[in-house]
Amino acid sequence: MIPEFFHYEFIRFALAASLLSSITAGIIGTYVVTRRMVFITGGITHASFGGLGLGFFLGINPLIGAALFGVASGIGVEYLSRFRKIREDSVIAMMWSFGMAIGIIFISLAPGYAPNLMSYLFGNILSVSTGDILIMSILMVLVLALFVPFFRLIQYLTFDEEFARTSRVPVSLFKYLLAGLVALTAVVYIRVAGIILVLSLLTIPQNIALLFSNNLKKIMFLSIGVGFLGSLLGLIFSYAANIPSGASIIFCLVLLYLIASAGKGILSSMKTTHPDS
Amino acid sequence: MNLVELKSVTFGYNDEPVIEDVNLAIREGDFIGMIGPNGGGKSTIIRIIMGLIKPWKGQVMINKNVNIGYLPQTHNFDNRFPISVLEVVLSGLLKLHGITTRVTKEDRKVAMEVLEKVGMADFANRSIGELSGGQMQRVFIGRALISNPQLLILDEPVTYVDNRFEQELYNLLDRISLETSILLVSHDVGQIVSSVRTIACVNRHLHYHPSNQITKEILESYNCPIDLITHGHVPHRVLPTHHS
Repeated sequence: MIPEFFHYEFIRFALAASLLSSITAGIIGTYVVTRRMVFITGGITHASFGGLGLGFFLGINPLIGAALFGVASGIGVEYLSRFRKIREDSVIAMMWSFGMAIGIIFISLAPGYAPNLMSYLFGNILSVSTGDILIMSILMVLVLALFVPFFRLIQYLTFDEEFARTSRVPVSLFKYLLAGLVALTAVVYIRVAGIILVLSLLTIPQNIALLFSNNLKKIMFLSIGVGFLGSLLGLIFSYAANIPSGASIIFCLVLLYLIASAGKGILSSMKTTHPDS
Repeated sequence: MNLVELKSVTFGYNDEPVIEDVNLAIREGDFIGMIGPNGGGKSTIIRIIMGLIKPWKGQVMINKNVNIGYLPQTHNFDNRFPISVLEVVLSGLLKLHGITTRVTKEDRKVAMEVLEKVGMADFANRSIGELSGGQMQRVFIGRALISNPQLLILDEPVTYVDNRFEQELYNLLDRISLETSILLVSHDVGQIVSSVRTIACVNRHLHYHPSNQITKEILESYNCPIDLITHGHVPHRVLPTHHS
């Protein structure tokens, strides 16, 4: 079954998308998880649904609308977080549901039926096109262009932003650039995992990696590896059981997380058990 | 040479001034103790010097070539952030290396020496979140020291730390003060008066006292309600009565 699996072009495309998503989401997700902005990212992803609906309504590529809404809300939240009086989590919840509401309104106003709405909600890695691969590649290059030269700066400003601000470095500029990339990553990988599931690509591999390391760089590399393994297993599972790929990938990632944390628990209990006790 | 100069600086929150018309010059060789009650504006002045807040009024002049080592009063970070003690100390080099900061072998060596100084070398590879409050404080003092600053600003450095390290810290500062200017903030005058050379009392206004000989009367005339009684195991000297 496995050799025939790799024979199809759509499978090869799906594998390329898995690799690209593992690298991009591995790096961006590490930023999201360690900066504790998982909820913000959920808000951004769901707010982008508004742009998706606008895209359907205007008859343009819905992902362009989603990208605009996503980046605007990502940078907007980053900007609002500067004001202490704002309850950030409440604002995110509003943005989250407001984006969904706008999306639903536009889709209901749009002429005809939105045929592939389900694929945006739940994703379909098996329908990835050459254009999608190109966009994913460009995004990966952008992410690497920010994280490779500026890795330590990003690490330090994520750890202690205020101290970084006293160090004569453009902290706000980098926070906005990162917010933009987080939003773009979430939107681009809607194609793979869908609005509802994309958050897990950015969080589960990282939380597996965090079980084993306190070194940010190692966590990024581990997340990339774990993400790719999860996607691969998910694809095979999806193909074998004939179930939607997005759900199957997430299922495999969570399974990996459970195995990893159980494994870690056994390892650490072995370490603390003394043979003479 | 003035390293830092504040001229009639005013700042507050919600239309209510916290500090008013503050003047302060920090020169090479200074060892200033900044004292004053809670909420008197000490940390506000420090945060203005560090560029974290912009004053409503007045001028802030920071000598461009001066490298300032800084220990904030409070730390706003996630205890579970994956970062080792060694790397936290290395982050103090950010302002020297700039946005493309890299870490060299030499940097690591210097960071280990700094950790040795603050008694945390054995913890170099531990995660910062595993440490106690006092141990964290030592690491953050290390972060302030690693860039070998010309001016060291410490905002309540002995919070959380035990008496033994407190004494070690004051000894360390005595040594550092031979080649580095220091601004030491404390709400407790008794702790710092034997180390510092001059005193700044902050209670909305700043009164500069060009010696460390300070009495209750002087503090009262500055409207700086501070307890002069020393407690803990801090060695202190009894100061002669100050006649003005």
